[in-house]
Amino acid sequence: MIRSITQQKPEEEVDRLLDGLGRVFIIGCGTCVTLTHTGGETEVKAMKESLTEKGKLVTGDMVLPVACDNLTKEALNEYGEQIDQSDVLLIMTCAFGVQTIASQLKKMVVPALDTLFIGKETAFGEFNEICTQCGTCILGETGGICPVTTCHKGLVNGPCGGTNNGKCEIDDEKDCAWTLIYNRLKELGRLDAMKKFQKPRNHQGEPSPGKWKSVSLRSSDGQKV
Amino acid sequence: MVSAFKKALESGKFVVTSEVAPPKGTNLEKMGQHIELLKDKVDAMNVTDHQSSVMRFPSLGGALMVKEMGGEPILQMTCRDRNRLALEADLLFASSRGINNVLCLTGDSVIFGDHKEAKGVFDLDSSQLLGTIRKLEKGKDLGGNDLDGNVSFCAGAIVTPEANPLEPQLIKFEKKIEAGAEFIQTQAVYDLDNFKEFMDYAKQFPVKILVGIILLTSAPMARFMNKNVAGVNVPLELIDEMDTAPKGRKLDKGIEIAGRMIRRVREERMCDGVHIMAIGKEEVVPDIMDAAGLVG
Ligand code: SF4
Ligand code: SF4
Repeated sequence: MIRSITQQKPEEEVDRLLDGLGRVFIIGCGTCVTLTHTGGETEVKAMKESLTEKGKLVTGDMVLPVACDNLTKEALNEYGEQIDQSDVLLIMTCAFGVQTIASQLKKMVVPALDTLFIGKETAFGEFNEICTQCGTCILGETGGICPVTTCHKGLVNGPCGGTNNGKCEIDDEKDCAWTLIYNRLKELGRLDAMKKFQKPRNHQGEPSPGKWKSVSLRSSDGQKV
Repeated sequence: MVSAFKKALESGKFVVTSEVAPPKGTNLEKMGQHIELLKDKVDAMNVTDHQSSVMRFPSLGGALMVKEMGGEPILQMTCRDRNRLALEADLLFASSRGINNVLCLTGDSVIFGDHKEAKGVFDLDSSQLLGTIRKLEKGKDLGGNDLDGNVSFCAGAIVTPEANPLEPQLIKFEKKIEAGAEFIQTQAVYDLDNFKEFMDYAKQFPVKILVGIILLTSAPMARFMNKNVAGVNVPLELIDEMDTAPKGRKLDKGIEIAGRMIRRVREERMCDGVHIMAIGKEEVVPDIMDAAGLVG
């Protein structure tokens, strides 16, 4: 399962973003942010209390089942009046949810969370960033561990000089990608893959922003439409 | 054109390199003094590139100054701050000004430095930068386009002989040589028996190796490195030696230790030379060389 991993913005930042906006409608999400306890039912309630204490008028609150889903529009309609009465929507979902909601309603949105990464659950209660969808996948040469993402510097030819006891130079809680890759390839008897020189990466496999269309929607002459 | 440093490497003599660090700002006086002091004593001077991710006067500017003052610069280039276009362009400029020695580094993470929110680039890595240099020498840029005018470099890289784990580091070391490294300056070494073991392995490769020696200035400094610098292990005996040196004589003791180590490396012909890193105390490099019995 992959999840959008978030953390709450510092209180001062949210206060600053809401400065001068007295009436707030709060939106949470029942999926990823509920799991990470950053924007579920409980956090929305706590935010409501905190804002009320600070003298804001909370015109209403809701927790969408899946904020990034296209059905979000219908769910939001149910709260039309309370949303209309607000000056701003304070959104406690990941940035995918924030953008989905912003595109449905003519209202300024303020994200209450920072979206950190798309994480894979690697152990119970633990999420790690293991792919950043780079567009030119090299997992076939690294034993299935991604250095583009898992190495802090995205190095593809082996470790930098900062590896410390198998941990990354930036954080001894994070494994050095290249220690992991080395161990995996050794176990598989394929260290030759690591010895192969990797030429400079193609950073434009899919020039940002990524876009994809179903074949049936592409024009018949094969051009992207 | 073959650089003076490359000639020194090929001459079979015990080669000595040291460092100069560009200033934080435009006051070049101290760097100028260090260059003046060292230019005729060492075979070449590395000019550091935003060392520890701290923004400074550029290494290219420092290398140009070494050149203008009649010294032999080794331009340090990290991949942290420039993408491939900028790195290639700087190499072209260096070449045009007679700066023909380059040390290729990946570079520390920006989070260690004084611009902690900056983007770390790492478009290339150190081995790819070496490969880039070899490609430019063939008259092509990384895009495969022809270059007008020639370049020629003596290119090198680093290795951490006491990295943990060591094997992945050695694979990278071999890739750097394959990509075109002609010389290697090592991370600081303090245990020469360990270093000898590393050299037993490294000798098989067609590359010149300069052992890295960092001047110890105090026992706390040694302990700090042990704790914070990956792959640097100052043995307890050396820390004790620094500890028991009388107050006010710690630096002398550090010079003595560095001199003693270099002398042994040279006498036992362990490797091709030494890279002396005096980190902020460049003015004592001649004293270290004296203590090592090296004539500058
Ligand atoms: S190389 Fe890494 S980031 Fe790129 S697609 Fe493969 S797993 Fe994802
Ligand atoms: S320590 Fe390992 S994971 Fe961290 S930047 Fe260096 S090679 Fe990458």
